[in-house]
Amino acid sequence: MDITRRQFIKSAAAQSAVATAAVLFPGISFGAWKNVDSGGIEWKKTPCRFCGTGCSLLVGVSGDRAVAVKGDPNCSVNKGLCCVKGYHSIQILYGKDRVNKALVRKNGKLVETPLKEALDLVASKMQETIKSHGKDAVAMYGSGQWSITDGYVASKLFKGCIGTNNLEANARLCMASAVTGFLTSFGLDEPMGCYDDIDHADVFITWGNNMAEMHPVLFSRMLANRKSKGHVKIIDFATRTTRSSQAADRSIIFRPQTDLAVANAICYEIIRNNWVNWDFVKKHVSFHKGKTNIGYGTQDHFKFKDKAETVDFEAYKAFLADYTPEKVEKMSGVPAKDIKYLAALFGDPDKKVTSFWCMGMNQHTRGTWINNLVYNCHLLVGKISTPGNSPFSLTGQPSACGTVREVGTLTHKLPKGVVMKEGARKLAAKIWDVPVENIDPKPTYHTVEMFRALDRGDIRFMWIQVTNPMVTMPNLNRYRDGAKKDGRFLVVSEIYPTPTYDVADVVLPAALWIEREGFFGNSERRTQHNEQIIPMPGDCMSNTWQIIEVARRMGFEKQFPWSEETYIEDIWNEYIQFHDNPKHRMAPYKELKAKSGLQWPYVNGLETKWRYNAKYDPAAEADSFDFYGKPDRRAWIWLRPYEPPAESPDSEYPFWLNTGRVLEHWHTGSMTRRVPILHRAVPEAYVEINSDDAARLGITNGSKVKVSSRRGSVTMKASINGRGLPPKGMVFVPFFDESYLINEVTLDAFCPISKQPDYKKCAVKLERV
Amino acid sequence: MPVFSYLAYPVQGSKPQLLNDLAALDFCEVTPAENEEVLILVTDTPDEKTEKELQKKLKEIKSLESLGMTFGHTDE
Repeated sequence: MDITRRQFIKSAAAQSAVATAAVLFPGISFGAWKNVDSGGIEWKKTPCRFCGTGCSLLVGVSGDRAVAVKGDPNCSVNKGLCCVKGYHSIQILYGKDRVNKALVRKNGKLVETPLKEALDLVASKMQETIKSHGKDAVAMYGSGQWSITDGYVASKLFKGCIGTNNLEANARLCMASAVTGFLTSFGLDEPMGCYDDIDHADVFITWGNNMAEMHPVLFSRMLANRKSKGHVKIIDFATRTTRSSQAADRSIIFRPQTDLAVANAICYEIIRNNWVNWDFVKKHVSFHKGKTNIGYGTQDHFKFKDKAETVDFEAYKAFLADYTPEKVEKMSGVPAKDIKYLAALFGDPDKKVTSFWCMGMNQHTRGTWINNLVYNCHLLVGKISTPGNSPFSLTGQPSACGTVREVGTLTHKLPKGVVMKEGARKLAAKIWDVPVENIDPKPTYHTVEMFRALDRGDIRFMWIQVTNPMVTMPNLNRYRDGAKKDGRFLVVSEIYPTPTYDVADVVLPAALWIEREGFFGNSERRTQHNEQIIPMPGDCMSNTWQIIEVARRMGFEKQFPWSEETYIEDIWNEYIQFHDNPKHRMAPYKELKAKSGLQWPYVNGLETKWRYNAKYDPAAEADSFDFYGKPDRRAWIWLRPYEPPAESPDSEYPFWLNTGRVLEHWHTGSMTRRVPILHRAVPEAYVEINSDDAARLGITNGSKVKVSSRRGSVTMKASINGRGLPPKGMVFVPFFDESYLINEVTLDAFCPISKQPDYKKCAVKLERV
Repeated sequence: MPVFSYLAYPVQGSKPQLLNDLAALDFCEVTPAENEEVLILVTDTPDEKTEKELQKKLKEIKSLESLGMTFGHTDE
């Protein structure tokens, strides 16, 4: 049956209404409704391409074209909802300047080149570089937007076959502190809870986390819970007022970096009021301290290794004596009564408390510490691993968990365990069919240091997939200049021209997510499969297959034997051998293909919603809780002090600079700025300035302001009393707009444990232009 | 050329009346649920001006309790 485009849109509109009604009224029937497009349109499920929430979408396909999107009512994550980016996600497929041919730089210009020739060049350049400069002169930089199979074959090629640990991903810039927080407190990565906690909690505390814009579907679920129950409270604890603050029951603003002190003060108050859950603490918690004055990593070759020392509760109590609410009020600007209020919420045995955080806590020079300290608040009162009681680290990217953290596409990681452990190397060598000696036991470079190595010339060849570091690296001027130096060779797998594409020697045309089969893994340990829904344009190829093609050219046919028809299923079946145990078993391919995502550990056909709780977790051996990630089978409370940030405002640079995202744009905007409705909503970046500061400096809304640091400057329009409201002495700039590269201004200081940079704090000055 | 869809909720006991009221409007297609007090409304107007006029008429319908939008499309 032929239908017009108009008929189709009307039909999609009606189907959206039917789907929504079906969620609200289970069993509802519309006898008179005719699905006019049933002969021409097919709806296929896929996880959303954007954030780490992991909403499932239904994409309507007509012929070879994706023509509509609606939320998948069968997915427990979003229950039929989408955010504005999700609804418009398929439009990223059809930008006019889509890269669909390979390009090779010749005489300074990128020239269209047959794909086979480009792949030959990539393989030969990598081999030449290894021959001339050694295996650690080649590197790959990937992404939390990689499909799981992309990351898996990258790890196999670089760590297993070439034998270098020069593999990193941009999740180092967004989630590394969450990982080290989990590992130091629990011994295993990823949240113990799940999104069902949103339906059970009585109190939500968002720690430096603008969920209303960054995780809008989950924020909607929080608001729905509050509306339905009446007594539910949302507390926004942040450094600037945002849409999340405006929707919260209470907004508490703290001075940058002092979240460390406030979290300790909450624990001080819990102990002072005897709100400690002693039964839980005595059975399931142990106390530890680590090194202090640990530095900021701003110099090349910076090294740090923490050392844990076991202490007792009394030592912990004595440590907290420095963090009375009154003392911390002076440091943080948070009134002591608000600190006591937060402590009382944790201390109330009748209230279930869920904490959410994302970049505010992770992009922090003490990111690991603040993760530890929020866990401390939950552990002292035993509010963890039960429905509604959940310290929950949200992820920014669709597969930061699934690909980077679970496959282990970081310099020190393997798909199971770390390169430093012989057992992990042996397992990888066995599954990969490579000599165990191939896998180097020493990690090489984390992301910032990897780009420093490129600048220095220690790395000569870098292959970048699914990320845009020439917009996102902090202290960008150094790393862009380094990438452009003679003797560097950059391969970039891309879908659109970007500043990273601009410095490439070879551009490989990449398939977008529903143009190829793949998997993502979201924030709540949910793995989601999508089939190839539409054909790839031009010479586009999946990132997985690009890596396979290059690996075969380098002589690794044996390790990459799969056919183009079944390689995704074959790779999945190989990969899940790494996690074949009750603590991390992954769902089989066939089940993932049929369902809108499944949570691991997936044991005997059942998902695990709450880990470490024997009631829900098949790997937990005790009667109640079993924190089996640690050798003492306890969760660790850490004594982590307040330490100042790497750079603070002074007389020359008197403002804090905070950077981040906006609802309408995905990261560097290379996709969403090509969607007309999203681009029109927020067409360019801006600097948010407090109205008092603006008045004092004579800056009016929309006027041009130069934002400068010791590293660089950017001139952009002022936003006063706009969407976000920074306090006096702070400015905020979103980073989605490549026309205003705010990361030329930011500082490349990082958490010494996680090596994740702090994009939220450096010192700048403002000048009216 | 905007296209929108809504769940239309009638004032209590007014579902048949709301069906008639909505069906009487130009640019509207309405489908009642068989077993719940809700209707699906799909609007398809030729331009923004007509859309605004229709919105005004919808607000004047006494049998209509509320509208919940489920889909929106405007030609770029």
